[in-house]
Amino acid sequence: MTTQTIASRRAAPVSAARTKPLSLSRMALHAFLALTAALWLLPLVWAAYTSLRPYSDTAERGYVSLPGVINFDNFAHAWSQADLPHYYLNTAIIVIPGVIVTLLLSSFVGFVVARFNFKWNLALLMLFTAGNLLPQQVIISPLYRMYLALPLPEWLSDTGLFFDSYFGVAAIHIAFQMGFCTFVLSNYMKTIPKEITEAALVDGASVWRTFWNVIAPLCRPPLAALATLEFTWIYNDFFWARVLMQTGAKRPITSALSDLQGLYFTDNNLIAAGAILIALPTILVYLLLQRQFVRGLTLGATKG
Amino acid sequence: MADRVSLASSAGRALAATRRGRLNLLTPQDKLLLVAMLGIPTFIHLFLVWVPTLGSVALSFTRWNGVSAIEPIGLKNYTDIVNIYPPFFPALSHNVIWLAFLLLIATPFGMFLAVLLDRDIRGTRFYQSVYFMPVVLSFAIIAFIVDLFFAPEQGLVNNLLGTTKQGNLIDWLGDPKYNLGAALIFTGWRHAGYIMVLYLAGLKSVDPSLRDAAAVDGANARQTFFQVVFPTLQPINIVVLVVTVIEALRAFDLVFVINKGRNGLELISVLVTNNIIGEASRIGFGSALAVILLVISLGAIIPYLVRSFNAEARAEVRGA
Repeated sequence: MTTQTIASRRAAPVSAARTKPLSLSRMALHAFLALTAALWLLPLVWAAYTSLRPYSDTAERGYVSLPGVINFDNFAHAWSQADLPHYYLNTAIIVIPGVIVTLLLSSFVGFVVARFNFKWNLALLMLFTAGNLLPQQVIISPLYRMYLALPLPEWLSDTGLFFDSYFGVAAIHIAFQMGFCTFVLSNYMKTIPKEITEAALVDGASVWRTFWNVIAPLCRPPLAALATLEFTWIYNDFFWARVLMQTGAKRPITSALSDLQGLYFTDNNLIAAGAILIALPTILVYLLLQRQFVRGLTLGATKG
Repeated sequence: MADRVSLASSAGRALAATRRGRLNLLTPQDKLLLVAMLGIPTFIHLFLVWVPTLGSVALSFTRWNGVSAIEPIGLKNYTDIVNIYPPFFPALSHNVIWLAFLLLIATPFGMFLAVLLDRDIRGTRFYQSVYFMPVVLSFAIIAFIVDLFFAPEQGLVNNLLGTTKQGNLIDWLGDPKYNLGAALIFTGWRHAGYIMVLYLAGLKSVDPSLRDAAAVDGANARQTFFQVVFPTLQPINIVVLVVTVIEALRAFDLVFVINKGRNGLELISVLVTNNIIGEASRIGFGSALAVILLVISLGAIIPYLVRSFNAEARAEVRGA
């Protein structure tokens, strides 16, 4: 009872300040924001609505109609007929090593550039950053030829080449995404006081220990943010997998979607369900780790 | 600053020694490790990104089908692109339209959303989540949603307009009058949320006292934004500009999934791809198109890099 009154007394002035009388302009603002939000959600809601109706239902009543039947059959069919688990696995083979190696190599470069004054530091950083900004098509023709010519051991690629292999697709993601991650991580590491690493080195710690036990743990925030972001970018890749992966059954899930569309092109309901299942991992990661996601983008844009 | 001085002096002489010649402190193994930490990632990046970039430049002066010998032909690919390659100018103009749309509509709309959300509004987190949501979707997924909206007989738009019958049917994606617009609407849908997030971060970093001062001087919201806040946001404005230009040049997935980038949806990125993969393997010609894309991109990338790294170099000098 007493705690309650104290709590409410404390809360009172705050809430009074919060609930300003709704002016006309505030109401207009909220109306605009809500309308925009509804418009923004419409494409997703429409895809979800389509996916929940059986094909027969929409064939009979049309797509723009009230539903006769609502169920999850399309999801079950997409899952099993289109063999989605298989494509999720293909994606995992590329995304998981892709993200880990990208972050590892980028933090190497970021560490050296931020902590030691080499002559070429700035030029190197510019090169990485510029590389990340290039449109992918700028490099595709020589890269495609290189991939056809470069051998890989059998245990890394069943074709014996970079081309049409998980290794090759992961490698180009790593090479490309390193640009952005190096940029972000080196900026972040520059904000860590130099005295920390210097003290470690003076105490006789090796460079590796200084990196692994001192700097890397301090970089958890940007690493978490970048991991979220890179997972999404690599997961969503269409181009590299489309061009550098020839065997349809080996393609990761995002680029396999258009194969799915080719197979079931009359059944939009099934494809809608498939598309939602394919989008689900990135949407879940976003909803669960939204703060990381946004921070990753912001770190890149505002330099810490 | 005082902190740093006291920290340094407490660590004593050893630290002063490292200041002068830090590398002296390193063992040979350390130095080797440093070289590897820098060298391996740099090699991968150079080998898979910059070597092919130079490769595109070199191949653009040749004729090559991937099988026979490479034949140098000087500038012929470039003159052919301009003179006898019909899709080039449509593609170029579509890229320009794409850029203009993002620059004049989608980007300002994203900035506008950011400005609206950058105050004490109930539900601001919810709005931000919703507006940003499309950014996490791949263009392959978005292309399918485009189809759900704009398919001739089953699409949402035609059904709402009642234009699904023979005679009045509008083929949004098949008709070159409309399909670029249909693709752009959904590109903008994704782009605005992206810009909003970047811009919100910039707005959050604006010194609140600036706004208070403007309010005291009697400036209204619009004056405050355009005359006080916007000028201080120059760094983020440049980032937003570069992101927008690069997005316009990179556009590919959406049109490629819709119709392989033909019949009104040509883009330079698509022309490059179509010349290299598929039946006609015209590698030299495709590379020349890639170089055109490269030159346009560098026009945006280089000024951005010079600006931001110059600022950094200056900051470092000041810090030292």
